[in-house]
Amino acid sequence: MSTFFSQTNMLLMSVWSCFFGQDEEDGTEMGEGDEWMQGKTLIKPLDQLDLTEAELKEEFTRILTANNPHAPQNIVRYSFKERSYKPISSVDQLAVHFVLEGNLLHQDSDEARRQRAKQGLPEGRYDFQSTHAAGGEDAGDVEEGGGEERADSVESKAGKKEQKITNQFNFSERASQTLNNPLRERGCQTEPPPRANFSATANQWEIYDVYLEVLQKQEKNKEKAKAVPKKDDDKGKKKMMLVETQSDDITKVAKVAKIIERMVNQNTFDDIAQDFKYFEDASDEYREQEGTLLPLWKFQYDKAKRLSVTALCWNESYKDLFAVGLGSYDFTKQGRGMLVFYSLKNSTFPEYIYPTTSGILCLDIHKHLPYLVAVGFYDGCVAVYNLKEETLQPIYKSTAKSGKHTDPVWQVKWQKDDMDNNHNFFSVSSDGRVVSWTLVKNELVFTDIIKLSLAGAVSEGPEGVQLPIMACGTSFDFHKQIDYLFLVGTEEGKIHKCSKAYSSQFLETYNAHNMAVDAVKWNHFHTKVFISCSSDWTVKIWDHTIKTPMFTFDLNASVGDVAWSPYSSTVFAAVTTDGKVHTFDLSINKYEAICQQPVVAKKKTKLTHIEFNPVYPIIIVGDDRGYVTSLKLSPNLRKKPKEKKGQELPKGPEVEIAKMEKLLSLLREPENSNA
Amino acid sequence: MAEVEETLKRIQGQKGVQGIIIVNAEGIPIKTTLDNSSTVQYAGLIHQLVMKARTTVRDIDPQNDLTFLRVRSKKNEIMIAPDKDYFLIVIQNPSD
Repeated sequence: MSTFFSQTNMLLMSVWSCFFGQDEEDGTEMGEGDEWMQGKTLIKPLDQLDLTEAELKEEFTRILTANNPHAPQNIVRYSFKERSYKPISSVDQLAVHFVLEGNLLHQDSDEARRQRAKQGLPEGRYDFQSTHAAGGEDAGDVEEGGGEERADSVESKAGKKEQKITNQFNFSERASQTLNNPLRERGCQTEPPPRANFSATANQWEIYDVYLEVLQKQEKNKEKAKAVPKKDDDKGKKKMMLVETQSDDITKVAKVAKIIERMVNQNTFDDIAQDFKYFEDASDEYREQEGTLLPLWKFQYDKAKRLSVTALCWNESYKDLFAVGLGSYDFTKQGRGMLVFYSLKNSTFPEYIYPTTSGILCLDIHKHLPYLVAVGFYDGCVAVYNLKEETLQPIYKSTAKSGKHTDPVWQVKWQKDDMDNNHNFFSVSSDGRVVSWTLVKNELVFTDIIKLSLAGAVSEGPEGVQLPIMACGTSFDFHKQIDYLFLVGTEEGKIHKCSKAYSSQFLETYNAHNMAVDAVKWNHFHTKVFISCSSDWTVKIWDHTIKTPMFTFDLNASVGDVAWSPYSSTVFAAVTTDGKVHTFDLSINKYEAICQQPVVAKKKTKLTHIEFNPVYPIIIVGDDRGYVTSLKLSPNLRKKPKEKKGQELPKGPEVEIAKMEKLLSLLREPENSNA
Repeated sequence: MAEVEETLKRIQGQKGVQGIIIVNAEGIPIKTTLDNSSTVQYAGLIHQLVMKARTTVRDIDPQNDLTFLRVRSKKNEIMIAPDKDYFLIVIQNPSD
């Protein structure tokens, strides 16, 4: 290494000596030149010139100048001043052999300061001593590089912040590769769970349905919790459940089938339905005092063809439902009977059918409990049917032991519940007893209210005991307001006014008719007035305080039934055995019927009963062929009092009472004046 | 059971009734008095109509429910009475 250094040194020196213009190449100053020269052996090239000795001794002068041989010597430039080309005297003789641009900066220069600022090192001079020491330490590491390197490393070490700046020159990336674990795939397949497509809608009403179901279930659970001790009932219920599920196919359609039947009927009898609802006879305006009855539906049941209608009753709660009792009035032709319920919505088939062993003579539907029906039979029994029950048998029936009548029961009527909240009803019969029946648990308990004895008539019984002869009661009616007051019509033609309190005496007796009193009815509005009809062809209207009738009407035929209208105190209707319906309105015509209309096709049919519908302007008429005809009352028959000019139309029962009272007062005054 | 059969017989015997179909909740006819193709056609079409009508009524008021549906056309009238699980279709020609 040292030799190299000296050699380079020598080279430099020789170059410099050339430049300074030494003429001779003399190696006297450089001792080492000879050594350098001696390193080579002289080899004569083959094509060297052969020169003579004289030519060899010729001295050639070599001059080394500092002139750049390559530099041009005759550069001419145009001079604008002299307007001619002039040669330049001095030509640049500098020959650049090598250029290397360095990147050293003075530490106080602007650029250096900027760089320091960038690197985050604080400005200012460094402590050279410490840096030198640091530099010295690093010498071993750094010696391989150039001097510039040292400056950098110094800088890097001397930073006040101990921030390690990556070495830009001697930076080696080190990386090592860890062992990659070989990957292995492992999988297992299970059986896919069974799938099914499910779709549903969640509407507001479906949510409501579900909530309802939950509610019902909860209620059932509550009931079950209560009924746990009753195990027998549960068993019974279970059996019921089984039966239901077996026959669920068609029976579930029952309700729907009923609706459909009604719809079909509505279609078939569309015109009748329209008439019922909307038809008002316009010709009534021209007929001042007359009215008409428009026939609507006709109800008949196949199996009841031979029976006659013996009782009619509208249901108070279901205004389109009415009951028909079927039996026979003929003493010789006594057979079975039927209890049939019809709805106006379906005129072809009854809603409920109950066949009975004996003919029915009367029936009454409870005012508040529309499913309880009391029935009186020809054989003297009374029975109570519950329409809610599935069975065709009555829930209560009186037997010979329990005090049934010995003669046909002509009238039954429900009463208000007694003090123990038991239902009770009254019945009147030809055996002369008015009996009260009370439904106590599972029994019918009877109480004789009154015995209708013929006044004065006494017959001789066995052993000489004098037995009073009983009158035969054929009809009765209870007062609308005064609970204990009732009227009984007898076969002898008398009407007795009785009280529930007095069991042996009558309050009053009216000699009403010559024949049996078929019907007696209190007026719906006026508390004093009642009407009676009889087979002696007459209909009579009474004031119960007066012993003689107020009005008497002769209808030319045996009167089967009479009924007051529920909408007016002066309108009533009667049916006769010649097939006519007579309608009277006392406020219009006191002497004659405003409507006399034959209702049945065949002349021989006798009309047996009549009832007004409490709400609709229709009446039902039963005849002895088992038909029930419904008729609509024309407007003239439904007249309400005329409004006076300027005054409001008075409404309510008071008006009706006033109307009647007015009529009666007209009759009473002449009587008073006569008396 | 017999009562329902009787009711259906009576309906069938009414004036102008052309046919009765009982369809279950899925739209499959159970009992019919018409021929097979007509029955299937009626059942399918009317089932959708009833569902639509019912959802309409119940969406307006969930406590309400469809009682019956009448579709009157020039030639006849189709009456549908839906129930929870079944519905009954009666085709009648009211002017006969």
